[in-house]
Amino acid sequence: MPTWAQFVLLSAAKSVVVIIILLTAVAYAVWLERKVVGRMQNRWGPTRVGPFGLLQPLADGIKFILKEDIIPTNVYKPLYIAAPMISVALALMSIAVVPFGEQLRFGSFSTPAQITDVNVALLVLLGVTSVAVYGVALAGWSSNSKYSLLGSLRASAQMVSYEASLGLSLIGVLLLSGSLSLREIVNGQSGTYFGFLPRWNFFPQFIAFFVYLTAAFAETNRIPFDLPEAETELVAGYHTEYSSMKFAMFFMAEYTNMFTVACVGTLLFFGGWHGPALTFLPMVVQSFVPLFWFAFKIFLFLFLYIWIRGTLPRFRYDQLMAFGWKVLLPIALANIVLTSLYIGLTTP
Amino acid sequence: MPDNYLASYLPLLIQFLLVGAIAGGMVTLSWLIGKHKNTAAKLMPYECGMAPVGDARQRFSVKFYLVAMLFILFDVEAIFLYPWAVIFRELKMFGFWEMLIYVLVVLGGFIYVWKKGVLDWSRADSDQIVALPDRAPAGSR
Repeated sequence: MPTWAQFVLLSAAKSVVVIIILLTAVAYAVWLERKVVGRMQNRWGPTRVGPFGLLQPLADGIKFILKEDIIPTNVYKPLYIAAPMISVALALMSIAVVPFGEQLRFGSFSTPAQITDVNVALLVLLGVTSVAVYGVALAGWSSNSKYSLLGSLRASAQMVSYEASLGLSLIGVLLLSGSLSLREIVNGQSGTYFGFLPRWNFFPQFIAFFVYLTAAFAETNRIPFDLPEAETELVAGYHTEYSSMKFAMFFMAEYTNMFTVACVGTLLFFGGWHGPALTFLPMVVQSFVPLFWFAFKIFLFLFLYIWIRGTLPRFRYDQLMAFGWKVLLPIALANIVLTSLYIGLTTP
Repeated sequence: MPDNYLASYLPLLIQFLLVGAIAGGMVTLSWLIGKHKNTAAKLMPYECGMAPVGDARQRFSVKFYLVAMLFILFDVEAIFLYPWAVIFRELKMFGFWEMLIYVLVVLGGFIYVWKKGVLDWSRADSDQIVALPDRAPAGSR
């Protein structure tokens, strides 16, 4: 087989494996959220389908597929159908540049644990997530319903407002690492400060991390920034008119975006796949230890998401916009100036 | 992996084809499998059980446009800073002063926008309630 065919086959195989794992993880993130929020509210969460309700995501998926697919009469059909597809496709797209670990070894065969190592990976990621606002905006507009339109307007304004702060907050990390490649950013975080503190960007850049985390919550429309689907006033926001699988696709996109945001946070601020070496494990599983640490850190991010959902109330819309523009943006700018001043003065 | 710079972008194309197929497949599958029993009431836009008044092609607040314009300004600013940040260690203090001038210019614009009240979403004097016509006049869209 020629090398290019091998290359294409290998990357297609990697994409398929990553997408399957990601979609499964998304389904179980929903399960985890229902379970954890349930316990926080002194309920059980799903318990009926399978042990601990573990088959609940499967049952939900089947139910969604079998439901009646209603397309209301006065929608603009091409965009109405395209909007959920745009949302899901772009959400699944951004995982392609995320590295999960060093090299995966199966006997003598070894391949990087990443679909593709693009040297401007961070820009690709930001670009793909920026386009995701189209899914929301087009869904609300093409539905031709007042609730959908208001929901999508709010969602678009919120997403673009916080995207400015999100983009600025990452510059502090770029100043430290001097690269846009996610792999190099992670490798720059190996080792320790003062011999005991992991050399994570979180410690020098905790202000940037705070801005990033807040903006990320707003970008993914999660509580306390879930105004696009403020059910007390807007029914369900931009997906009011959607039913069946198209409705589910918006949720899949939302949870996939949570994973992407958690991946970026882990890679940029928490040392990616670096963690304590587990030397007691057999050689066969040693190459999967970085994957384990990466997955563990992402799990902690997701738990934080759910925890905050179980804790905080929703912002008011004017508070939301004021917070994004008048608090986060100046903080992010100040962080850039201070970080670059420090690096400029200490670099010989 | 082939020794070509563009080859590292080929997997992105493959991923795009795959996720496009998945998204299209999900929509088609649920359309084929789900039943279709349409009634006129079911196909109406949602409106809490009553007939909706007018449609959604109406005027909405200009603030949303202003926010979109501000977003373009600040996002372009952020993107300009990315290459600067990547090579900052080579520029050292020269790069810092250059960036400071740039940020101050942007900051000036930001303060102007703030003072103009674009960032205030519900100031009492800027929030006059104007009765909108049920539909925008013909030709205004």
